[in-house]
Amino acid sequence: MINPVLLKEFKTVLGPENVLADQADLLTYSYDAAVLKAVTPALALRPVDSEALSRVVRLCNENKLPLTVRGAGTNLSGGTIPLRGGVVVLTNALNKILEINSEDMYAIVQPGVVTARFAAAVEAKGLFYPPDPGSQAVSTLGGNVAENAGGLRGLKYGVTKDYVMGLQFFDVDGEPVKTGSKTVKCATGYNLAGLLVGSEGTLGVFNEITLKLIPPPAHQKAMFAVFDDIDRASETVAAIIAHRIVPATLEFMDNFTIRAVEDFSRAGLPVDAAALLLIEVDGHPAQVEEDAGKVESLCRKIGAASIRVAKDAAERDKVWEARRSALSALAKLKPTVVLEDATVPRSKIPEMVRALQDISKQYDIAIGTFGHAGDGNLHPTILTDRRDKEEWERVEAAIETVFDKALSLGGTLSGEHGTGIAKSCFLEKETSMATIRYSKRIKAAMDPNNILNPEKIIGHVKAG
Amino acid sequence: MPNIKVLTKLMRELEDQLVVCMRCGMCQAVCPVFAETGFEADVARGKLALLDGLLNEMFKDPQGVYERLNKCLLCGSCAANCPSGVSVLEIFIKARAILTGFMGLSPAKKLILRGMLSRPEIFDRVAEWGLKFQKILTKPANEIIGTSCARFVSPLLKDRHFMPLAPVPFHRKIPSLNTDKGRSGLKVLFYVGCLIDKVFPQLAQDVIDVLNYHEVGVFIPQKQGCCGIPAISSGDLKTFNRLVRHHLEIFHDEKFDYLVTACATCTSTIKKIWPMMADKASESIENEVAEIAQKTLDISQFLVTKVGLKKNATAHIDTAVNVTFHDPCHLKKSLGVAAEPRALINANPGYRLKEMPEADRCCGLGGSFNLHYYELSSNIGRAKRNNIKASESSVVATGCPACMLQISDMLSQSDDKIAVKHPIEIYRELIKINGTHA
Repeated sequence: MINPVLLKEFKTVLGPENVLADQADLLTYSYDAAVLKAVTPALALRPVDSEALSRVVRLCNENKLPLTVRGAGTNLSGGTIPLRGGVVVLTNALNKILEINSEDMYAIVQPGVVTARFAAAVEAKGLFYPPDPGSQAVSTLGGNVAENAGGLRGLKYGVTKDYVMGLQFFDVDGEPVKTGSKTVKCATGYNLAGLLVGSEGTLGVFNEITLKLIPPPAHQKAMFAVFDDIDRASETVAAIIAHRIVPATLEFMDNFTIRAVEDFSRAGLPVDAAALLLIEVDGHPAQVEEDAGKVESLCRKIGAASIRVAKDAAERDKVWEARRSALSALAKLKPTVVLEDATVPRSKIPEMVRALQDISKQYDIAIGTFGHAGDGNLHPTILTDRRDKEEWERVEAAIETVFDKALSLGGTLSGEHGTGIAKSCFLEKETSMATIRYSKRIKAAMDPNNILNPEKIIGHVKAG
Repeated sequence: MPNIKVLTKLMRELEDQLVVCMRCGMCQAVCPVFAETGFEADVARGKLALLDGLLNEMFKDPQGVYERLNKCLLCGSCAANCPSGVSVLEIFIKARAILTGFMGLSPAKKLILRGMLSRPEIFDRVAEWGLKFQKILTKPANEIIGTSCARFVSPLLKDRHFMPLAPVPFHRKIPSLNTDKGRSGLKVLFYVGCLIDKVFPQLAQDVIDVLNYHEVGVFIPQKQGCCGIPAISSGDLKTFNRLVRHHLEIFHDEKFDYLVTACATCTSTIKKIWPMMADKASESIENEVAEIAQKTLDISQFLVTKVGLKKNATAHIDTAVNVTFHDPCHLKKSLGVAAEPRALINANPGYRLKEMPEADRCCGLGGSFNLHYYELSSNIGRAKRNNIKASESSVVATGCPACMLQISDMLSQSDDKIAVKHPIEIYRELIKINGTHA
């Protein structure tokens, strides 16, 4: 329970309409898109300006109230679940694009701006913001930065962290901290932005984000290659990279996923194919033609059964529509969908794809695999029903085996979904106890009362 | 109030459908209410989580969940955009019925739904009384649209610019009709619907004229009433079932190939909600409802797919006026009908179709949602008005009389000189230009 005096103060700071204390409202801030147990907060607050945000942070710290910041609540690792109760701070009223500067190619935004809306506003000014996480139609930029979100274009254009030029955030006392700059180069002070990106709200609360913009590519070409043999498809991925070609996107879909997509969308996909590669190259027209030619001949050489190059924008859209509907199509098959994102170095894609097939057999569970093969970030998607306890245990065991395999190949537990709650107990496997101790010391120094999204990332590990 | 455990037990019926939601949150992108408020309890994911909460005994009192569940347009935008294919509308409508059954109808709703709506003759009589008062209490607001507003400060009418009740409702002019199949070889039951009967009777005449022109036999049974949507969306199963049974009885009197309506909401209710919610206890009702649903078509869909539109030599005449089309949720999202009403418009060379931005975004009326949340409903409606305005058209057409009411209110309040029409009206004008028979 929140004490009545504090509740009154929150109402004064935010206006009563932005203080949610009803049980029914609070229940709707107890979950995110991860398959994890929901936890209901004691209060949800919606600051409408920076000053209110700063005061909320300070009040929470003074009263030792846990504080979890929430954007659109779409993250897949439990980062927005208020594990220790306390306050959920909503950012969706802090949704202004403060500046889009075409001359210097940067933008300044508040954390609650929706990713797709921002990308469209940038495009309208003739510029390009590449990070395109699957949830971009609703996800917020603050959430993207806090989770270091990726997307389909990671291979060539990088992920969210590659576009954060600077941050202004509130420390746990509500004091403004500035890091980075609007300049391309900036070598002053610690690179605190580097620390805060992907910190999942455990070290500070974002107020303004400065993002890098780039010129859009002049030309694109999309194609899809059909393979009768899954190994040949994954070998082609590795070969394209090895030949120093960097497609904008290089996506993979296994037979299970192809059939699900075709059942759902009747897009005309080859349901007998063992695997599909969806490839797009972009840049200067001459370069695009040359790269597309090379990719095509590599596909044929390694053994693609057929290749289809999109003739026009409509055909190109069709290719990407098929890819974008992959998760939806799989999600319709079973009530519970566990979307993993263990990532391996690109040359290890063939081995990882084989391992996923073995794991599916070994644990007798349905796994559809698709994803950003070009950057090593596959999405093995487990279809299950969490009400089936016996199967759920096998699912959990299979996930752990996927993690172990990714790590044994020199990969990582999470390419783009974050550590959150879901992966914090595996963190030591990827790093070391010393890494966790070091992180914990940083956390303790920045947040002595441990109120900022407690228990996340490094929470589940006992360390000194 | 009965024990909450009883409610939990009733909610079990929804468990298999509720579990399909994976909480991805993509519904936030399309929900018109969430776009205004930004509160999770206003979007489908939040509401589904609340119902899940009821199921898992997270609440001592269901009132808070009930209120939030009712704060929804039932527009179906979320369901149309849902990656996992959650049957959002079915869940919401069933949950409203369960919760209303558990908590009881409010006295006001009881009076309106059970006392008036469930009895078509009484509903007609009340509307006639209303007509007498209308002249005293209201005054014209916008000539082109034909709206009225309150003469005096009125807590009921607020700032609304509404379409007045027609001086003579359609059923007074034509209580029933039964014409033979002509050259088309088809006969339809024309289901008029309350709004067309009482507010837009001319539309019913247009439908009949068009059907006559195409030599389609028309059957209008006597004593038609409401399709039941206001009742079922308030969770009043009793009134809903009474209305369904009433209509099944009067439909029996004649054989027909299709049931057509010019109201998107009536079509979608008869086609989708009757089979979903009608009394499953009686097998004969279940079968009849399924058969009726299968025969039910929107008038534009019937004309385009079963009859074939009148062809014209010219696409547009020089004096053609710009018309923009608003997709009613109950046509496009519920039934996938979007091309057919546009085809009716395009058939008339006197009009040039100009698409507005977000043509399929909900107008914000949502039936009783507009009564409970007028401000919110108007904010959503104003966005629609701005999109209509952006199309630079002098006419906006839409296939649902309920949307026509909302759009008329919004345009009239902004003092826009944009006429609101139904596609059948535009198609009827074409036939009028060319004489009655081809």
